[in-house]
Amino acid sequence: MAEDINFKNLLKEISIPLLAILSSFIIGALIVMASGYDPIATYSALLQGAFGGLNSIADTLLAATPLIFTGLAVAFAFRCGLFNIGGEGQLLVGGLTAAWVGTFKGIPMIIHLPLTLVAAMIAGALWVAIPAILKAKLGVHEVITTIMFNYISYSLVAYFSLKVLANPGSIQTPDIEPSAYLWRLSNVLDIHSYFNIGFLIGLIVLFVIYYLLWKTTIGYEIRAVGISPDAAEYGGISAAKNIILAMLISGALAGLGGAERAMGLFHNYRNGFSAEYGFTGIAVALLGRNHPLGVLFAALLFGALFNGQDYMNMLAGVPVDLVTILQAVIILFVAADLLFRRVLALKPEGRKGE
Amino acid sequence: MEIFQQIFNLETFSSTLRMAIPLMVAAIGGMFSERSGVVNIALEGMMLAGAFVAVVASYFTGSAWLGLLAAVIFGGLFALIHAVVSIRYHADQVVSGVALNLLAAGGTVFLLNILFNTSGTSPSVNALPYWGPFKPTVYLGLLIVLISHYVLFYTPFGLRVRAVGEHPHAADSVGIDVEKIRYVCVILSGMLAGFAGAHLSIGVLSIFREGMTAGRGFIALAALIFGKWYPFGAMGASLLFGFFQAIEIRLQGIEAIGIPAEFIQTIPYILTIIALAGVIGRATPPAASGEPFEKGKR
Repeated sequence: MAEDINFKNLLKEISIPLLAILSSFIIGALIVMASGYDPIATYSALLQGAFGGLNSIADTLLAATPLIFTGLAVAFAFRCGLFNIGGEGQLLVGGLTAAWVGTFKGIPMIIHLPLTLVAAMIAGALWVAIPAILKAKLGVHEVITTIMFNYISYSLVAYFSLKVLANPGSIQTPDIEPSAYLWRLSNVLDIHSYFNIGFLIGLIVLFVIYYLLWKTTIGYEIRAVGISPDAAEYGGISAAKNIILAMLISGALAGLGGAERAMGLFHNYRNGFSAEYGFTGIAVALLGRNHPLGVLFAALLFGALFNGQDYMNMLAGVPVDLVTILQAVIILFVAADLLFRRVLALKPEGRKGE
Repeated sequence: MEIFQQIFNLETFSSTLRMAIPLMVAAIGGMFSERSGVVNIALEGMMLAGAFVAVVASYFTGSAWLGLLAAVIFGGLFALIHAVVSIRYHADQVVSGVALNLLAAGGTVFLLNILFNTSGTSPSVNALPYWGPFKPTVYLGLLIVLISHYVLFYTPFGLRVRAVGEHPHAADSVGIDVEKIRYVCVILSGMLAGFAGAHLSIGVLSIFREGMTAGRGFIALAALIFGKWYPFGAMGASLLFGFFQAIEIRLQGIEAIGIPAEFIQTIPYILTIIALAGVIGRATPPAASGEPFEKGKR
């Protein structure tokens, strides 16, 4: 999006997401009122829960961290014209792998830490390899295959975590070694938050992906295939190769998200490891217009919502699931952007022939 | 030998049928939607919404039949969101489906809190009565398969649905209202998914539980694909997948021969991927499935 530095384009680019957020908050307020609660009290409690004090802010960033990875995973695949809906499964498989490799004893941190991260990335990539190959070689739609792989992962990960790795009777795997811990802010500051350098890794990865997509030949080819596989082939770019590459990178990103949970937050794999981060990643990517910077802002928004929801429930009495509803409505509005385009009389995005 | 008797007996047969009904009815719903060219990965959410509304209606009216009716009607209304967003506003149908699944998951628990002041499980409500060995939804579900086969292949409406899903522009050029057919099919898919949900909440059980569909909407999607978008195909696949669910419940018999239940759970999904890969006859979706229809565009 190098050409997007133009201010008018930028405004156009962010107007739809902003309108979607605004509209969904209005609908949310109506739902809250219809349920007999006070919308202003609800939203202010949500805000306070998300940003009231250093600990809350750290927790918001902590909640945003896996969403950076899963959002980026979805966005990256989208750039190659692929819809990786299997981020949830890739994150779980990556997380379980990190929770396993992290328990290896007697390895110095300088090796153990990167080893565990890379193992999670490889696991995430492998988990999407079959859908990637089926898409590239046979044209089998990746949406269906990645959904199927999600469900396969739920069963297999439950089996390996609870019946193979965990001690009998326990609902979590043994803790990883300190040499695989991601450094926590609470090591130096007096806070309760488990905020860790996984967030910084997320920022670095955001930049790397930006660089990869727009400053390298690999990224150029991936985007070319995303715009038109046929045209790319005509220009000498292998669509199949780039589809597989983009999917593997996407899976690796989601797997890395799992690694952060295992190495920074939980220090093990447990029941309820993922709060549907993979699916929220779809919302994050859409809202962020599949751009790394947009993904960051969208991840922070959803991180704030998730982190504020308990406080909202406590103070305003509104069920926490309001946040899930908001999330769904935001996705619907972003997806039906034609609605806003008609209202704003913007031209529909370059769908051919219009 | 003992294991065989544990797996293959009358109880497994009836449990298979009970398990298969929601899968096949939802899969038939998905079939109408996809045959008309609209991908529907929101079957899960539509089922969940139907299961919830069935319990709510049964709770407030005291009639399980009204619960079933309400689930069917509300399933259709819920699907209307998918129809408007993806047909009128040309949204990505997969994205819209993801949103609806979230909306159902969040909305049902939210309302469970508001209406019953509980999270997790609703109060017990009147369930559908037994008709002989099964609940009425089982017989009605089988009837739905037969009727759907007839409608899809022996009526003008069915011909139009197939035309719109395979080649909308050709259909348009002979005067078929593509959007109208798609609206009808998507709403129908929601009604059938709602029925499937009601079977779970007020047929098999008499309560609503958070996330009670537990991925059955996606198994239905798998059954639809494994059955190659045919009513009887979907029925056969649903029976097969229902059988796996039934024996999974008879856990002990299986673990005795060393196969963890978790591995059995993955079979429907693995089979579906194999079917898509073309190992057992290629599963090819309707040609225009997933494409928004724009008049005058070729």
